[in-house]
Amino acid sequence: MTSGAVIAGEQAADGGGQRTGEPAGPVPITLAKALNLGLRSAMAADPKVIVMGEDVGTLGGVFRVTDGLLKEFGEARVIDTPLAESAIVGTAIGLAMRGYRPVCEIQFDGFVYPAFDQIVSQLAKLHYRSAGRIRLPVTIRIPFGGGIGAVEHHSESPEAYFCHTAGLKVVACSNPADAHQMIQQAIRSDDPVIFLEPKRRYWEKAVVDPGSLGEPSPDATGGLHSSAVARAGTDATLVGYGPTVRTCLDAAEVSAADDGRSLEVVDLRSLSPLDLEPVLASVRRTGRLVVVHEAPSNVSVSAEVAARVTEQAFYSLEAPVLRVTGFDTPYPPARLEDHYLPDVDRILDAVDRSFGY
Amino acid sequence: MRGVAELMQLLTPGGHRITVASRARTTELAESPTATCDSRSDPPRGAGLPAAGPGNGPGGGEPTIVDIDLPVYVADLTDDELFGLYRDMVLVRRMDEEATSLQRQGELGLWASLRGQEAAQVGSGRALGPDDMAFPSYREHGVAWCRGVDPAAVLAIFRGVNLGGWDPAEHGFALYSIVVGAQTLHATGYAMGMAQDRSPGAAIVYFGDGASSEGDVNEAFGWASVFAVPLVFFCQNNQWAISEPARRQSRTEIFHRAAGFGFPSVRVDGNDVLACLAVTRWALATARAGRGPVLVEAVTYRMGAHTTADDPTRYRSSAELEAWHRRDPLDRIRTHLAARGLLAQERDRRLALETDTFAHELRARCTAMPDPDPTSLFDHVQVTENGLVAAQRSAFAATLDPGET
Repeated sequence: MTSGAVIAGEQAADGGGQRTGEPAGPVPITLAKALNLGLRSAMAADPKVIVMGEDVGTLGGVFRVTDGLLKEFGEARVIDTPLAESAIVGTAIGLAMRGYRPVCEIQFDGFVYPAFDQIVSQLAKLHYRSAGRIRLPVTIRIPFGGGIGAVEHHSESPEAYFCHTAGLKVVACSNPADAHQMIQQAIRSDDPVIFLEPKRRYWEKAVVDPGSLGEPSPDATGGLHSSAVARAGTDATLVGYGPTVRTCLDAAEVSAADDGRSLEVVDLRSLSPLDLEPVLASVRRTGRLVVVHEAPSNVSVSAEVAARVTEQAFYSLEAPVLRVTGFDTPYPPARLEDHYLPDVDRILDAVDRSFGY
Repeated sequence: MRGVAELMQLLTPGGHRITVASRARTTELAESPTATCDSRSDPPRGAGLPAAGPGNGPGGGEPTIVDIDLPVYVADLTDDELFGLYRDMVLVRRMDEEATSLQRQGELGLWASLRGQEAAQVGSGRALGPDDMAFPSYREHGVAWCRGVDPAAVLAIFRGVNLGGWDPAEHGFALYSIVVGAQTLHATGYAMGMAQDRSPGAAIVYFGDGASSEGDVNEAFGWASVFAVPLVFFCQNNQWAISEPARRQSRTEIFHRAAGFGFPSVRVDGNDVLACLAVTRWALATARAGRGPVLVEAVTYRMGAHTTADDPTRYRSSAELEAWHRRDPLDRIRTHLAARGLLAQERDRRLALETDTFAHELRARCTAMPDPDPTSLFDHVQVTENGLVAAQRSAFAATLDPGET
């Protein structure tokens, strides 16, 4: 596992040519490019892997995550679909029943809802309904989260809907190295995976070995559904996933410099199933936990983390589990999103409150 | 087979009309109607997954009505095969009656009766070959029968012992779909895969007049047409979606909708088993030949309630029911068989005996089905079980009395 530790948050490389061609040697690449390379490896490794979605072919995706795939693999495997999200997922189910391994792109988080029935009533349940006879290895990629100044429906965090649905696996990558590895692991999974991509982190760079494909490990360590310590610390624990891992790391940096506190940051990576062992281990050492995500707090991933940590590490806690999340409002207009999104100040306020108990 | 042709003329006066919306296809049909009907002779498979290009895609233009010679598609039927269709319908109706009474006696939680739709289901179901794949809704017990699915496995769903107890791959028959219309997209994707695999088969998807209003069905129409997938949309318009008449779903005839999506459609008398067989054979041949999807609207009638939980007297008249009783698909095939001297007393008696035995055994097997092991509710949530489910299974198992597992 390389999550977090190798992130080259500063723009070290010049950025030229990063979106085309294979990087030679260990140069920093963007998260979007890492996904692109991961998709390419998965398609090269398995002829049954098909990429489908709106604008994924000729355009290469609105975020260019599928750039170049049409040229390399042809229109039978990289399919520009009609603008019909329910059909994108519904036909992927049929293709999977036929032995294919579709990777669907939902263009933006807020556009996934027309596919909701196909995801939660069909994709998630057919393995159960068929007593295991039908396997649906479908990956649904969704750029999620805000912070890009977008219009409505382009900044949402819908993960709780899918985490609440038995039969789905839900993961979120936070950095290029993980993105590169996790997309390949998700595609190789025989279960359907909701693959959440932090769209405001698409252009952040880190060193990725393009030849590396992390083997899905039978135990938790290093597998798709393992969480990881992104920064070691001793005084309090921050938990984030997707775009807020970077925010948590920044908060830890500031806290160390300004307050002399050592904050540990855990990147959940997998939202369903949750791998809470690293979180519990951390909390048993620090006694304080702050969970951070962009989604609203009500019935959210942080609610689940708080409940389970309270159940399993109650006597280690020095303070209640606190949460820093988006507000329980619709996602606001872009000019207000900086107030809505968890930032370093709100995280550090929560850390202060934790120490106040 | 003259008798068949005459019968079809009798049952479907005016012949069978096909609406073709594509200018290119209209030309093709006009120039070589036999080639269009006999598609097996020339299988230039569609482009597979890629969308139809400008050269071979729908060309717009006015819908055109053409005639096809449907009797050709059942001309090979032997007398035994004709009787076989009748036998299928008799057994399927008996299964339906047995299931209805099992529900009344508390052995099934619910039953969705197919009574009245036997011809549409047996006719289309018997048109399918081993390479074809059928995607049913939840009332396709007759198609299930034709695909070799154990009727007891169908009853098991309504008894509540499982959610789908047959192997779709083995039977070429997907699991029942209760969310109406959702299966049309699965069929569309599956058919894309068939084209990609150069499969000799086609897919067929069953849905109803009510489902035709669903977004999924309309997305499937558009998608299947654009990608020219080998798929037959088989709509059983049984006139009622629970209490809502078909006219609440659409101001146009359902089969006319295909024209707007750029593919051909046909309306057929759904209570005429031979017509349904012929039309479905034609439609499958068209699909298998790479000419894209076809919509068949089989006009039929749900003679029973929507399900055993429904009371149709609240929304439809006894006069309407009586009118459709006069078109009962079983009476019609019996009349035809009798006219052709194929209902000899001995054969009919043997079938009656077979039907009684079938029903008796089905009932016995249904009532003998035990409740599943309680811990099996945790089985198959995912291919790779997650820790949460495993922990809940263990904790739940620990609460059970020794005799319960």
